[in-house]
Amino acid sequence: MTIELRMPALSPTMETGTLAKWLVKVGDTVESGTIMAEIETDKATMEFESIDDGVIGKILVADGAENIPVGTLIAVLLEEGEDLSAADAITADPIAKTPNAEAPAPTTPVAVTPVIEQKPVAKSAPAPMVSGNKTDRLFASPLAKRIAQQNGYDISQISGSGPHGRIVKSDVENYTPSAATNVAMQCISGDAPYVEIKLSNMRKTIAKRLTESKQTVPHFYLGVDIELDNLMAARKQLNSLSDDYKISVNDFVIRACALALIKVPEANVQFHGDVMRQFNRADISVAVAIEGGLITPVVRGADQKGLRAISDEVKDLAKRAHEGKLMPEDYSGGTFSISNLGMMGVKQFQAVINPPQAAILAIGAGEQRAIVKNGELTVATVMSVNLACDHRAIDGAGGANYLAAVKMFLEQPSTMLL
Amino acid sequence: MSVQKFDLVVLGSGPGGYVAAIRAAQLGFKTAVIERENLGGICLNWGCLPTKALLRSAEVFHNMKHAADYGLIAADLGFDLDKVVARSRGIAAQLSAGIAHLMKKNKITVIEGQGSLVSPSKLSVEKDGKKTMIEATDIILATGARAKQLPHLQADGNLVWTYRHALVPNMMPKKLLVIGSGAIGIEFASFYNELGADVTVIEMLDRVMPVEDEEISTLAEKSFKSQGIKIKTNASVTSLKNKKDSVICTIEAKGGKSEQMEVDRVIIAIGIDGNVENIGLEENKIKTDRGHVVTDQWGHTNIKGIHAIGDVTGPPWLAHKASHEGVILVEKIARDKGNKDIKNLHPMDKGNIPGCTYCRPQVASVGLTEKAAKEKGYKVRVGRFPFMANGKAIAMGEPEGLVKTVFDDKTGELLGAHMIGAEVTEMIQGYTIARTLETTETELMHTIFPHPTMSEMMHEAVLDAYDKALHF
Repeated sequence: MTIELRMPALSPTMETGTLAKWLVKVGDTVESGTIMAEIETDKATMEFESIDDGVIGKILVADGAENIPVGTLIAVLLEEGEDLSAADAITADPIAKTPNAEAPAPTTPVAVTPVIEQKPVAKSAPAPMVSGNKTDRLFASPLAKRIAQQNGYDISQISGSGPHGRIVKSDVENYTPSAATNVAMQCISGDAPYVEIKLSNMRKTIAKRLTESKQTVPHFYLGVDIELDNLMAARKQLNSLSDDYKISVNDFVIRACALALIKVPEANVQFHGDVMRQFNRADISVAVAIEGGLITPVVRGADQKGLRAISDEVKDLAKRAHEGKLMPEDYSGGTFSISNLGMMGVKQFQAVINPPQAAILAIGAGEQRAIVKNGELTVATVMSVNLACDHRAIDGAGGANYLAAVKMFLEQPSTMLL
Repeated sequence: MSVQKFDLVVLGSGPGGYVAAIRAAQLGFKTAVIERENLGGICLNWGCLPTKALLRSAEVFHNMKHAADYGLIAADLGFDLDKVVARSRGIAAQLSAGIAHLMKKNKITVIEGQGSLVSPSKLSVEKDGKKTMIEATDIILATGARAKQLPHLQADGNLVWTYRHALVPNMMPKKLLVIGSGAIGIEFASFYNELGADVTVIEMLDRVMPVEDEEISTLAEKSFKSQGIKIKTNASVTSLKNKKDSVICTIEAKGGKSEQMEVDRVIIAIGIDGNVENIGLEENKIKTDRGHVVTDQWGHTNIKGIHAIGDVTGPPWLAHKASHEGVILVEKIARDKGNKDIKNLHPMDKGNIPGCTYCRPQVASVGLTEKAAKEKGYKVRVGRFPFMANGKAIAMGEPEGLVKTVFDDKTGELLGAHMIGAEVTEMIQGYTIARTLETTETELMHTIFPHPTMSEMMHEAVLDAYDKALHF
C-alpha cells in the first residue's frame, strides 16, 4: 500500500499552508524523522517530518505552491517492495494544482526562498490579478456560495475551514475582502514604476488580524511619562554583579506590566461576545520584529518570574523568532502585549491591539528630559508609554489605574520585590 | 494500595462516557470507564430506551384499540402492566449487556464503583467500602444528571415519582398528575393516558413543550386534549400532601387562583440537575456554574487534564449531544498529543442538535423556531405541509400532523425545521443533514424524495416556503 502524505496542520489556526520547499525528491529513501519539506504556515516556517519509512514515489505539489488546504494530498510514499509505478495511479487533489504545474511561466518562483517575487509591471499593461489558488473544482457549501455571491466576494479567495477545507458559511461571514481593488486603482492612475511583492503568509495574517482589530475593536489611548532614574540605577547595580545575565529595560517593563495586571485585574481581560474573560495569570506577548513582519512570542506567567528568568526567556524567544523556529505554543495565547520601539529612537507611538487581547502598551525611548520638580527645572530619564485599550472590555478609569500601577512599579522598582 | 494507571479514564458510562471510551480506545489510549451503577447510564437503563419500550407497548395498544379502522377484529383488549414493564426492563438489561460487550471488544477496563477526583490526575473508586486508586493523564467527567426536585416537590418513590419510579410503577394509577411538560413529562403522560389513566399535566409556562416551535406546541396540546389528557398551562404546583395511597396537590394558576386535586400518583418532571456532587470538583477547583461543570467548546475544564461532556455540562440534556461531545473531545485530546490522523476536527454546532419527543403524536425539531429566528432579526420564509395531504400518512391511518420549515429569506439558509406526527423522530435527520451541509432551499428542492413516503412532506414543506407546494 502506498502512503499518502497530506498537508499537515502545523498550528491550531492553520487552514492552508505554502509548500516553501521540498527537501526530498522522487526516489529518495526517507525514514521516520526525515525532514521532507519546509512548510510556511500563517505564522512561521516549519519542518515537515516523515512519520513512516519508505521511498518518495510522487510529488504532487511544487515548491512555492500556496494556499494548500490542510489535508490536501501533497506526495506519495512507497512502502518497502513497491516500485514507482505504484504511485502512477494517484493524482493530485484538484485543489492542490499549483500555478507552476499548470503554466510553466517564466516567473516560476525561485526554489529556495519563494517569498518575494519581484516582477516589473509594465505601465501600459497592468498585470491581471490572478488568484494564487486557481482550482478546477471549488469545495464550498451551497449556503457559503450564495452568501459570497450576495456580498460580491470572489469565493476562490476565501479559505475554507470545513471538512477537507470546504468553505462554509462562517468562512464567508468572517472574510474581509483584500485591498485588491486599491492596488488595481494604483495600476491605472499611478505613474511611478513599482515592483509587486508577493505577500508572505505572515504578511497576510498581519493584514487580516490588524484590519479586523482596527475595524472591530474600539480603541482608546492613554499616555503617561515614566521616570526611569531609579530603574536605571537598579539595572546598573544588578548587571554589575554578574556577567551571567544582562537585564534590559524591556525586561523590567515586562515584569512591571505583568505585576500591574495582577494588581489591577480589570485590565487583564478579554472581550468574548457574551462574556468577558478575566485572567488570573499575566502572559505577556512581546512584539518582535523579524524579517518580513513581526511575531509576538509569549512570556507566560511573567508575574511569577524574576527579571533574570524573563530576560533569559525573551532572549531565547527572540532568537528563535529570528530563526523562524518558534513553535505554535510559543506565540499563541497571551493576555497582554508590549511593543517597544524605544531602541529605534521613537519617542512615543500608539499600537494596534492584538485580538482577542484587550490592551497593548507602546513603549518609547528612555531619554534625558528637562522636567519641573518641586518648582525647579531638573533633568530626569523619562520614557513615554501609551496604552491602547479595547473599550468593550476596559474603561478609561480601569486603564488609568493599570497605567498608574505600571508607572509605580517602574518608578519604584524595589516594589517589584514585594 | 495498588494504583492502576491509564492514559484516559471516563467517569460515568452513559451515552457520553461509553462512546468517549470507545473512541479513546480506538485511538490507542489505554482506557478505563468507571460506573457506579449500570453500564449505559441513565439513557440505556432509566431513560431514552426503556421509555421507548413502554411507549411502543402503548402504541401497539392504541393500534389494537383502533383495529376496526383497519378492518381488523381485536376483542377482549387489555394489558398486563407488569409484563409491559418487564419487557422494558429486559430491553434495558439487554442493551446494558451490549455495552459490556463493546467495552470488552475495545479492551476498555470497566471499574465498578463510585469514582471521585483526588487530584487532577488521580481518582479514587469506592465499591463496598473498598477503595482503589486510578491514575490517568486525562480524565473525562461524564457523570450525567438526575431529576430536579424542589423543596416542596420531593419524590418519595411511592406516591410521588421521578422518571425512575415511573418506569417501574408500583401500581397503575387511575389519576395521575404530571408536573412539567418537557419531553420526559409528556412521554409519561402519553404512556399512562394510553393505558387508561386520567392524566393532568401542569406546565409553568404558557404552552406545553415550551422549547418547541409555538405552532407545534399548539398542535400538540390540541391533540393531547383530544386524547383526554388534561393540560393546565401558566400553572404551578405549590404543595404536595401525601395521604395513605394518594396525594393532595395544590395547583396555583398564574394570577393567584388555586385549586386542590387528589391523585393516586404524581410524576415530577421539572428538569434535571447535573451530578456534580461528591466527585471532587470543589477540592480540585474545577469551575462549576449553577450545578454544571463549565467547559470550553471542546469540553476542557479550567483544570488541565480534566474534561467534561454530556448532561453534567448543561443543556440540551440529550444523549446524542453527549456522545458527539465525547467523540470530539477525545479526538481533540489525541490531536493535542500529536496524533496526526485527526483531521477535520470542529467543535459541535449546538444549533444542529435535533430534539425528539416520543409521545403520540411524536415531535421532532432542529434549529431555530420561527419566533427565535424572528427575534434574531431574520426575515423568515415559513413552509408548512399537513399530514392530511400526504398519501402515505393517510394510508398509514396517521393523518394528524404537520411539517414546518423556517428559511432565511435573504440567503435561503434552512434556519429550523419542526415536525409533529407519526414517525417524525425518524425523519428529522434529513433536515439535520441539510443544516450540517449548509444546503439552501435550492438543493432541498432538487432532492428527490421517494414516493410514497411520509418524507415527501419534508420536500413539500420546503416547496411551500417558496410558494411552490404541489399537493396542498
